[in-house]
Amino acid sequence: MASETESATMTDVKQTEEAYEDIPGTWVFDAQRARLGYHLNEFLYSLMKAENRAAFLADEAGYTARFKMSEEQRQGVLRRDWNRLLALGGVSYALAKLAFTDHKSYQFMASQMTGMSEKEYVEMMLKGGRSPDGWRSKSERPGGA
Amino acid sequence: MAKIIAGVGTSHTPAIGACVDNGKAGEPYWVPLFKGYEPAKAWMAKTRPDVVIMVYNDHVNAFDFKIIPTFALGCAEEFPIADEGWGPRPVPSVKGYPQLAAHMVQSLVLDEFDMTIVNEMQVDHGLTVPMTLLYGTPEAWPCRVIPLAVNVIQYPAPTGHRCYMLGKAIRKAVESWHEDLKVVIFGTGGMSHQIQGPRAGLVNTPFDTAFLDGLSRDPERLAAIPPLEYLRDAGAEAIELVMWLIMRGALGERVEEVHRFYHVPASSTAVGNIILESR
Repeated sequence: MASETESATMTDVKQTEEAYEDIPGTWVFDAQRARLGYHLNEFLYSLMKAENRAAFLADEAGYTARFKMSEEQRQGVLRRDWNRLLALGGVSYALAKLAFTDHKSYQFMASQMTGMSEKEYVEMMLKGGRSPDGWRSKSERPGGA
Repeated sequence: MAKIIAGVGTSHTPAIGACVDNGKAGEPYWVPLFKGYEPAKAWMAKTRPDVVIMVYNDHVNAFDFKIIPTFALGCAEEFPIADEGWGPRPVPSVKGYPQLAAHMVQSLVLDEFDMTIVNEMQVDHGLTVPMTLLYGTPEAWPCRVIPLAVNVIQYPAPTGHRCYMLGKAIRKAVESWHEDLKVVIFGTGGMSHQIQGPRAGLVNTPFDTAFLDGLSRDPERLAAIPPLEYLRDAGAEAIELVMWLIMRGALGERVEEVHRFYHVPASSTAVGNIILESR
């Protein structure tokens, strides 16, 4: 029994990591990306406290300078460049705290990531959402992205 | 003897909580969703469990990235409501059941599930939105809650198979507790959704329907779905569905589906709700 269940569920890590990278429009938050994003995410986590949200909004450059994130990550924060922040190891749930600090919703943040207006995004969702067809592999996308 | 009598699968979309808290549940966008949850609420009011085991995930609220437990069991007397960035939700704090939780830890670790024991923890929308959906807005929650937080944020999440086996071990742990208690276990999160990147908004209704069907008909097949398949076919955040397999594993071999509801959208999410009674 034990060997049966093992063979049914053992996963090839290398193959899985390559497959993650083949999913279009997605930055899988795996252990490597989490490592890159650690200090960025700790900054975002600090926005759980109301006094920190106020301090950040009062002086964004000064507040972010307290955290050991890279300059590229810091610029991404100041510009609210959501997709860049995902690529640099930010995780969406932590990024949402930045959106909430701006009094925006998850939905707003998600629409920005897709390049749609919030209204267009809501309309897409009301029509049943984005179909996975054409979005399973980068090979299905124009330009391979 | 304590007994797990039923399982509830439900999404835990934060916008649902925000909608209730801001008095917007009557808006046309939300009406079909809350109407769809009425039968589940009625079932809950009739069933009145003493204890709810809430399988959910924390969303960078109780746990930042300093420590990432795969399975964390809440053993505290009380769990305060987290401020996720817009102030804590105005819902009652959550009363735990430390005696039963401690017993579960002992049983689960001896059964080779190495649980992280959490004695102080804030709980976020992952736990409170299912409470709101199933209980509405009472002054105090009418049951004790044992939170089981699962890491589905940083990949890899535990596999569906591992979760299913953990559910079986939870059933054994609860059934070896001396008090006569009615226990309902929740599996939360999902269904298909992605809230990051240009692919955000992905919904796969055929995937979700097959998943709901499989819970009663062929849970072993669901337990064998590889993580990549959730991610690729149902969205980066659909991996949360492995938590439904903990719930399913805890119900024993035979279950009867007594209620199902499916709705798109709540914000970026395909919402699913199912009630399975142990037979």
